[in-house]
Amino acid sequence: MAVTVQDLVKNYTVKKKTIEALKGISFSVEKGEIFGIIGPDGAGKTSLFRILTTLLEPDGGSATVDGCSVKDEYLQIRQRVGYMPGKFSLYQDLTVQENLEFFAAIFNVSIADNYEYIKEIYEQIAPFKDRKAGQLSGGMKQKLALCCALIHKPTVLFLDEPTTGVDAVSRKEFWEMLHRLKTQGITILVSTPYMDEAGLCDRVGLIQKGAFLSIETPQSIIRDFKKTLWSVRADDMYRLMETILKSPLINSCYPFGQYHHVTFKDDTKKQSDLEAIVAPGNFKDVEIAAIQPNIEDCFMALMTE
Amino acid sequence: MQTDKVISVSNLTKKFGDFTAVDNISFDCVKGEIFGFLGANGAGKTTAMRMLCGLSLPTSGEASVAGFDVYKESELIKKKIGYMSQKFSLYEDLTVWENIRFYAGIYGLSDSNIREKSRQLLTELHLEGQENALVRSLPLGWKQKLAFSVAIVHNPAIVFLDEPTGGVDPITRREFWGLIYEASARDITVFVTTHYMDEAEYCNRVSIMVDGKIEALDTPANLKQHYNADSMDEVFLHLARTATRSQD
Repeated sequence: MAVTVQDLVKNYTVKKKTIEALKGISFSVEKGEIFGIIGPDGAGKTSLFRILTTLLEPDGGSATVDGCSVKDEYLQIRQRVGYMPGKFSLYQDLTVQENLEFFAAIFNVSIADNYEYIKEIYEQIAPFKDRKAGQLSGGMKQKLALCCALIHKPTVLFLDEPTTGVDAVSRKEFWEMLHRLKTQGITILVSTPYMDEAGLCDRVGLIQKGAFLSIETPQSIIRDFKKTLWSVRADDMYRLMETILKSPLINSCYPFGQYHHVTFKDDTKKQSDLEAIVAPGNFKDVEIAAIQPNIEDCFMALMTE
Repeated sequence: MQTDKVISVSNLTKKFGDFTAVDNISFDCVKGEIFGFLGANGAGKTTAMRMLCGLSLPTSGEASVAGFDVYKESELIKKKIGYMSQKFSLYEDLTVWENIRFYAGIYGLSDSNIREKSRQLLTELHLEGQENALVRSLPLGWKQKLAFSVAIVHNPAIVFLDEPTGGVDPITRREFWGLIYEASARDITVFVTTHYMDEAEYCNRVSIMVDGKIEALDTPANLKQHYNADSMDEVFLHLARTATRSQD
């Protein structure tokens, strides 16, 4: 196991009020896995990463990273993990090259020895190697941060929301990079608020308010969706949603791009029942079909359970 | 139709030195329209939006917003628009009520109007009893909804939303779009940027910027048909991958 977490608790006290950031979570990550922690802001993703990288002490429970305890063996862990925080944390007034040299130096490795490991990513920023890190674009900063997190050949890589605020094209490229890293045997824990990235992970933990809703392969999470999911569209989508939600038979109706996704309270209801609910609205171009849920459907269903 | 145009842009260009951030863009938005303004990081969206909000002067071209000229009447534009960004427009160390009062006040609403608006807004957002809570203490989703409501408290012609839904859970994100639809039903034009491609589908029309130019502008349905794509995600990837401008 690359990471084991048992009953991990983290509380913060703000003005005499206790906030439970992690409510006793447990999970493990196998060597060489890409494990996604998926959930909204405030779910506890960053607290978890900071505990596993030994930057924060837990209030209860235990955790190991690459066989070392986060409590007693933090110095060993720091040698072995790579961490890319959500906020850009390199030295803004050092150049690209200087940042990389700095991180190699504090880990006591030479860039030349480990260059193969970062080559593919570093080549993309090499043309800007004399530019100060603070003056790079978002995508370039991200690549540099990844190089600095990898230069000491960590066994486990922690990436805290690497794709937040990044456009769809750059997100895709970033995930392609992670998959190539995976082939080198590194274990990757990555957090993201984007549900559509779940499918790119080997396994995911869906996290909300300090607790996991589910820890599974993306395929199993989808298979475990309990109800029949219907997609509905018509000419006036907003009014369509209002019409559907007025029916007492309906459990949920959420907009999903060009469709609404609908579930019944009683799952024996059929397409004809949904047609009957929609009919009084006199919509044009109505389309109804039973569909496979995606991770976001599952997340919302688990949230409201 | 002419009178329904609330944004009218023609050959708008912004240069910073030799760099053309916004390159000769033209489009119109009509009253009550939800207009998605998409593009990769660095494509020029923010620069274009700043010009439309009266915060940055164009290098050339024409634009009128809410009937006012971006060169000569930027102060009048600011009174007729609302703006909200991911980074929030709310003061974290003021209470919910103080934030509403502050924004309503600077937009010139009368005291009695402010009282009535605040009550209505607190009810709509289910924030009754929270009016004296510091904004800092609210969950992110509530902050976003409050920030949006405050951005349209003066009933502007247009509200500009710059990635308004980052980081919230999927249910809250959809509730937020419910507020957008309501604003649009009240004839407020919604000009919105997002990285969530499913949200592009909720827009009446979508424009996609690549290297400072608008490469595509149509309804989501027409764009998908034109690019022979199943989703807006595919349309976006197809166009954004043609970018040659370095992100720098």
